[in-house]
Amino acid sequence: MTEEKAAPVSGSILVVGGGISGLTTAIEAAEVGYEVFLVEKNPYLGGRVAQLNQYFPKLCPPTCGLEINFRRIKDNPGIKVLTLAEVESVTGDPGNYDVAVKVNPRYVNENCTCCDACAEACQAEIDSEYDFGMQKIKGAYLPFEMAFPARYVIAPEIIGTSDATRAQEACKYDAIDLEMEAKTLNLNVGAIVWSTGWQPYDAAKIDNLGFGQYPNIITNMMMERLAAPNGPTRGKILRPSDNKEPQSVAFVQCAGSRDENHLPYCSYICCMASLKQATYVRERYPDAKIYIFYIDLRAPGYRYERFYQTIKEDENIFLIKGKVAEVSTDSGTQNVTVVAENAVTGEKIHQEVEMVVLATGMQPTVATDKLPADLQVNDDGFIVNDFEKGGMFAAGCANKPADVVSSNQNATGMALKAIQTLVSR
Amino acid sequence: MDKKYGIYICEGCGIGDAVDIEKLGDVAKEEGLAVKTCPILCGQAGVELLKKDIADEGVNTLVIAACSRRVLYDVFRFDGCIVDRVNLREGVIWTHPRSKYPAPTEEQKDDETFIDHVQMMAEDYLKMGMARVEKVDLPEPYLLEALNKKILVIGGGMTGISAAIDAAKIGYEVTIVEKEASLGGHATSWRQQLPGAYPYEDLTPPAIESKINELENYSSITVKTGTVVARIAGEPGDFTVTLKKPGEKTEFDVPFPLPEEMKVDDKGKELDAEKLHEAFMEYNKGKNDILTVDPSGEKFGAVILAAGWRPYQPEEGEFAHLGFGENADVITNHQFEEIAAAGKIVRPSDGKEAKSVVFIQSPGQGDDKDFAYSGAVTSLVALKQAKYLREDYADGKSYVFYQHMRTVGLTENFYKNIQQDPGIFLTKGEVTRVSKNGGGLIVEADNTLLGEKVQVKADMVVLGTGMVPVTADDPVINLAYRQGPGFRDNALFDDYADSNFICFPYETQRTGIYAAGAIRRSMSVEEAVEDATGAALKAIQCLESVNRGVSVHPRSGDMTFPDFFFQRCTQCKRCTEECPFGAIDDDEKGTPKPNPARCRRCGTCMGCCPERIINFVDYSIDSIGSMVKAIGVPSEDDYDEPPMRILGLICENDAYPALDIAALNRLTYSAEVRFIPVRCLGSVNVIWIKDALAQGMDGVFLLGCKHGDDYQCHFVKGSELAEIRMKKIGDALSSLALEEERVAQFQVAIDEYDKLPQIIDDFVASVEEMGPNPFKGF
Repeated sequence: MTEEKAAPVSGSILVVGGGISGLTTAIEAAEVGYEVFLVEKNPYLGGRVAQLNQYFPKLCPPTCGLEINFRRIKDNPGIKVLTLAEVESVTGDPGNYDVAVKVNPRYVNENCTCCDACAEACQAEIDSEYDFGMQKIKGAYLPFEMAFPARYVIAPEIIGTSDATRAQEACKYDAIDLEMEAKTLNLNVGAIVWSTGWQPYDAAKIDNLGFGQYPNIITNMMMERLAAPNGPTRGKILRPSDNKEPQSVAFVQCAGSRDENHLPYCSYICCMASLKQATYVRERYPDAKIYIFYIDLRAPGYRYERFYQTIKEDENIFLIKGKVAEVSTDSGTQNVTVVAENAVTGEKIHQEVEMVVLATGMQPTVATDKLPADLQVNDDGFIVNDFEKGGMFAAGCANKPADVVSSNQNATGMALKAIQTLVSR
Repeated sequence: MDKKYGIYICEGCGIGDAVDIEKLGDVAKEEGLAVKTCPILCGQAGVELLKKDIADEGVNTLVIAACSRRVLYDVFRFDGCIVDRVNLREGVIWTHPRSKYPAPTEEQKDDETFIDHVQMMAEDYLKMGMARVEKVDLPEPYLLEALNKKILVIGGGMTGISAAIDAAKIGYEVTIVEKEASLGGHATSWRQQLPGAYPYEDLTPPAIESKINELENYSSITVKTGTVVARIAGEPGDFTVTLKKPGEKTEFDVPFPLPEEMKVDDKGKELDAEKLHEAFMEYNKGKNDILTVDPSGEKFGAVILAAGWRPYQPEEGEFAHLGFGENADVITNHQFEEIAAAGKIVRPSDGKEAKSVVFIQSPGQGDDKDFAYSGAVTSLVALKQAKYLREDYADGKSYVFYQHMRTVGLTENFYKNIQQDPGIFLTKGEVTRVSKNGGGLIVEADNTLLGEKVQVKADMVVLGTGMVPVTADDPVINLAYRQGPGFRDNALFDDYADSNFICFPYETQRTGIYAAGAIRRSMSVEEAVEDATGAALKAIQCLESVNRGVSVHPRSGDMTFPDFFFQRCTQCKRCTEECPFGAIDDDEKGTPKPNPARCRRCGTCMGCCPERIINFVDYSIDSIGSMVKAIGVPSEDDYDEPPMRILGLICENDAYPALDIAALNRLTYSAEVRFIPVRCLGSVNVIWIKDALAQGMDGVFLLGCKHGDDYQCHFVKGSELAEIRMKKIGDALSSLALEEERVAQFQVAIDEYDKLPQIIDDFVASVEEMGPNPFKGF
């Protein structure tokens, strides 16, 4: 080792974002033997997949894999998890970064036993972000049943209100500390993996598709919550206007994606997601009709293709190649009419349905929330990896649109890229 | 170890309100054990108490009766101590509220006929925890005598080279074996490569040459071309590998397992172990048995399987409607690439310039599937090849007929770029016929975007056929394992080498062997290079885990491993056959030879062993059996109408968390059930069930994950194997004059907690209908 390189090298890795990619990078690196800090802005780990009802194409619950990952964290003291935490600044070079992490107050300490007394004591309700506002929750809450860490949170909205005091008084375990303040931790790490993930594209921006104007037009992520046993409707799919069980549902593909005015790229997962969500409806309502309007059905590879082929066999599912041009609603029935042109037959279609699901695409979080680090970001907000320079890497959907399996592959690899930075300097 | 017990009961979270703590403590006192109670055991005072007892009193075996082991895992972790978490909160009081199961009134307290379900349950669980800690011990790691950390990479294409470099970068020695005479694989025969980085718009020159050159920077990478694997024997950290030239026959070529029909004699009776071995050796004449170690074999610690793909070879007449096989100018995309790489695009039939080429993405015939073994990459290749034609001829015309253009993610940019080319026509459509037209071809298509029926004159037609993983018909890794040389259940994974492709994509059924690249699914170079990095990480992680003597995923860090009491082995071979990971071999007599570093610690071997000679230090036939025996079974001697007792053996991965969540939601279920978590339903030994019934319990059920094609078992086969065992137990029960229906197995996903009460209560009701177990009270 030469003199110039003799600067101290940190043996730790920082992973920013505790969704499925970040979890994978953190755990895989830690199981090689490295110390990892996992920083997550939400009060819980799991990110987007924690909001999903099932994965395609196996139709299995994401919590199954998450539970194993949480157990791997529990069994591995080398992983330090910081929730409600955000990176504030990054300085330094590959092998030696100083990072300031702001940890926001949870107002609940490690004494919490998840007894629910604080929630019971609260009177006011707030919108559940986890359920995309489709459900009201108490200001003291557990993010979801399988949340990791299993600890309640006091929403900042109720701080200073009598609800906060009530919650505190109800706690028998001295677990609520309303004086808790944000604090900044300074970490020295050798490598950083940004797994900052994605957000659903704001469907309200797509004027012609009526989201936000008509109650029975929802997004695909909202559909996941409606279908989830722990969701706002306890797994019943009910349309918002009147809580009716919809007997017809239209899926509008590429709602925002493959569109120069919105997201110019393909969001990878929405075709498979809608095919999957068609099964949610069909399983619950045996007579329901499903109409899927698409440009291409992107079900690549044998596993996805096979899943698509089984969906096609369902006589109640109609697949129409055609981009939806407009939607309108009947003020009486609140049904929605979807207008599209069948690209093959040229026929103009007016399909009335009881509910519409917009297959909104994924937008990288970084597109709207700039990161406090020297990273190359493309026009769409995806972080471009510079492996020559090393030190900092993007994993999963922070890097490109991807399904869960590709994200996990990519995130496993990024654990090694991070380790290479530590070892080679 | 010399155990010093400490029993600790938490009164918090409502436990103290619902349970008579003093009476509960008597359970331990009766055994002569010290009991301490604490208002909030997880609070500072409680933890101090525990720490003090460990430090000052030498307590090293703790039974903590409080909440589920899934929570406060860090608070109640005491290194060097045995800890059992008795789940009073989720398992007893939250799911069996006093509103439903009232506590005795003052008068009832002395009434011996009063049944206090909640108290009985708490006492049973505490007894079970005490019984368990008596029978378990702290694990010692399994360490290899000599650990080898070298990595073998099979396949010297883009994936293999990338993986080798990625591992070498952090100091691991790597050997690449490539069956061809030179490195590079398919990538060397391409004209151009798909866009693999932002902005994903243009083709790039093949990267393979610079990748091969990069290898020269790494003295720790050895390359062996013209070499294949004859066999890989041993276990992670200690594989002995025999290499050979392709086609060469050696005595260390891997033997293949006997076909099923050869495992029986003339009368259809199964051969005994020794006869089986004789037949096996005869079947594999000229080859050594798997246990014969090659003295000149090379040592490796882990393997990356990057053997890649071969072009799909259509069967004769398979695509006759597309003219394939009949017309020399109808070719596959692979053949087209060869032509394009050699120079200007010309027709195979006469060498004339091909200026009009049709690319077909789906074989059609009423179906909108892509060709077999294709993927997003196949769509991209069609676009790439359409572009080649335009590079060669300014007046060239490419027609791409697709059903679904599958340029997913950012590769959409390339598609958009191609759409700008006025000489490339892209349309959805089903090609119905390709026929001769003078010196050229006519392509007819239906339902296109250009009109209902179209005809295109073409000089050449290219079929977008797929990439077949080489493991489809050749094990390639040639493992000298008793279960056979390749990955198991290939059909379940459509010939691809993986076992859990959504959450844990690198897991295979063979520990220490990690697949990467097109052997796992059709993929582009960009994806393959990424995949290689991930596989390299997993190989390194496996080596480091073996080095520490711990398991890899999913029981990462587990130090226990199966221990065999060979004196009582009857050589039935069941453990060898059932292990989902092929971790167990056996010798010529059928005596098992475990390979702990291959083991994933699921306990399937323990579950299947009829002699019950396989155990883990902290999880054994005796430890679970003792828990079963600790359950009190009230009889008519105790009560006029004794409550039933039903044992639930539950998978700790899915069913146990689901039960916890049911509790968190305050769902309630029968108080007559007692649960014991197991590592996997595959580890359930029928003796536990027989013991439970023999001691008078009225029914037993197993609760685990879904099996079948979309299985959710973290050990691939556990719940399925358990179900087979449960079917067989039916006969044993009928011989005891017990109804088969007293034993059942239910499938539950982790998120189906809301269904659990119904499943449990329905089973309890069905057992109730059968009446009490006649063995009760004997």
